Amino acid sequence: MDFMTLPDEQGHFGQYGGIFASETLMYALDELTQAYQQYKDQPEFLAELQQDFTHYVGRPSPLYFAASWTQILGGAKIYLKREDLNHTGAHKVNNTIGQALLAKRMGKTRVIAETGAGQHGVATATVATRLGLECVVYMGEEDMQRQALNVYRMKLLGAKVVPVTSGSKTLKDALNEAMRDWVTNVDNTFYIIGTVAGPHPYPMLVRDFQTVIGKEAKQQILDREGQLPNALVACIGGGSNAIGLFHPFLEEESVKIYGVEAAGYGLETGKHAAPLCAGKVGVLHGNRTYLIETDEGQIIPTHSISAGLDYPGVGPEHAYLKDTGRANYVAVTDKQALQAFHSLSQTEGILPALESSHALAYTMELAPTMDKNQIILVNLSGRGDKDIHTVAEQEGLQL
Amino acid sequence: MNRIESCFADLKQQQKKALIPFITAGDPNIALTLELMQTLVASGADIIELGVPFSDPMADGPVIQKASERALANNISVFDIFDIVRQFRQGNQTTPIILMGYLNPIEVVGYDKFARLAKQAGVDGLLTVDMPPEESHDFIECMTQYNLAPIFLLAPTTTQARIQKICALAQGFIYYVSLKGVTGAGHIDMAEVGLKLTQIRAMTCLPVGVGFGIRDADSAKKVAQIADAVVVGSAIVKLVEVSLDQPNNIPMLMKQLLTEIRQAIDEE
Repeated sequence: MDFMTLPDEQGHFGQYGGIFASETLMYALDELTQAYQQYKDQPEFLAELQQDFTHYVGRPSPLYFAASWTQILGGAKIYLKREDLNHTGAHKVNNTIGQALLAKRMGKTRVIAETGAGQHGVATATVATRLGLECVVYMGEEDMQRQALNVYRMKLLGAKVVPVTSGSKTLKDALNEAMRDWVTNVDNTFYIIGTVAGPHPYPMLVRDFQTVIGKEAKQQILDREGQLPNALVACIGGGSNAIGLFHPFLEEESVKIYGVEAAGYGLETGKHAAPLCAGKVGVLHGNRTYLIETDEGQIIPTHSISAGLDYPGVGPEHAYLKDTGRANYVAVTDKQALQAFHSLSQTEGILPALESSHALAYTMELAPTMDKNQIILVNLSGRGDKDIHTVAEQEGLQL
Repeated sequence: MNRIESCFADLKQQQKKALIPFITAGDPNIALTLELMQTLVASGADIIELGVPFSDPMADGPVIQKASERALANNISVFDIFDIVRQFRQGNQTTPIILMGYLNPIEVVGYDKFARLAKQAGVDGLLTVDMPPEESHDFIECMTQYNLAPIFLLAPTTTQARIQKICALAQGFIYYVSLKGVTGAGHIDMAEVGLKLTQIRAMTCLPVGVGFGIRDADSAKKVAQIADAVVVGSAIVKLVEVSLDQPNNIPMLMKQLLTEIRQAIDEE
């Protein structure tokens, strides 16, 4: 199967993706697609991107062999791709730098973003202030309470954070609100979407900026081990860190791929954020994909302990990888993610983000079933400092 | 001839412009929706646009968002909406009804089944906000099979090439979005709208309606001078929002507003 040429010109990954947007947005999407086509292979653009990756983000991010954790789990060797060590603390900045450089070239003076956990909002505010762009971030009112630290970080960086009170007051509603801003201010505004969702060209564009993760990891593991990993593991909310790791390995058939969704309180409770594992195909936020919805096609509020995974849809390319069988999608509960958070903290001295802890939790299941000479490469997509209040609360502590 | 075509043909003969009010089905409750539709017709509506509520109405401003939330809190389904239309048709065989909403509630029913049930209930056209022509081939086929008009939006940012492409697929009428923004937004620049309508009319013989941002008799009158139809949404839905503690007043308030707008349009 030819995974590398997708999506097609209309943004389709098989039956998924596409452009399901109001006419009021079509011009802006078309303008963005054209700008991206113009700059994506332009040496000057790529050089500036590379320069920022190296000197501002701190790339390449290390590939760390987690020796103690490997020993405790008693199976495959575990390597962690340390996206948590990027400037701003997560993989999100890879994408915001790319999109902000595009915005600048398109002559836009204002950028907007949606955010769930706040990591994408922080990464957007960071690049916006550096490039002198006005920045407005939409964030669900409920998420603002859960992630007060990141809200303050964005304000320190000069961004305006707008609370979203419509619908379920979480990430999906923040995305709706950002879209509404965009149609209203389309002349001077660039919408920096934080994940591989939304209408075409976003799932392609965000993926392309995030594939730096997988490209580096591939070279690093070959340098260290002289072979490809046997398995890749990454967490999936919208799925940008996962596709960034997976994409450069899609045609390496020996590499198994695992995407880990948030099972929340358990898939059987209905309170989760796992559309690939327990959802149905539908259309939301500009693309066709798997969704968590009622029998009437209304989107259901999701639950995950991790605000960054708390989203009822998923990037259309993941929907395609699921149907073709190239990637496996599994889910772990809040509880499992918390266990993994503590396990990694205590053995390796690394506090992982609760999002990334989902990938780690599945790794804890997978590693013992594999041989000691086999390799698992896990995307440690973000650091956990932002989550310590949530974790403390689970322990009954008030910080 | 479909009811929409007859409606515009009759209006043309009388040298009148069409008034198209929008309400959200199930807001403030399912029982009142039928009465509100009848009130709108009695107060001068030529066509009724009935909103199909969706949990994530991305193209709508706060007024219609809240209306959708209220309607969904009443657990209204598309099947309930078909029932309402069926009941409306028992007393009214002439006023066209257009369902306006988002794609996902249609997808779960299936294009063919949705189009068939809509037609059987007495619906005349479908405006699916997040279904651009590029993705609509199969859906248009189903609509055409059941003689339902696919209605499309055109925006201030729509290019000449797209206007042509959309006009080739559209039936019933063209819905021009008067401003950059969501439903219920800002103020309309009439000169700009006029220029765009000239551009659109060069591409199609279909009537052209204008909506988004028409809030009172005055703005409706100005739009009627240049368009074939005036669509009023948020200003009407807002009457529900302000009368939630006294829902019995809503028909009277809608009657007042619509009668005013009707008179203003007819004066032009």
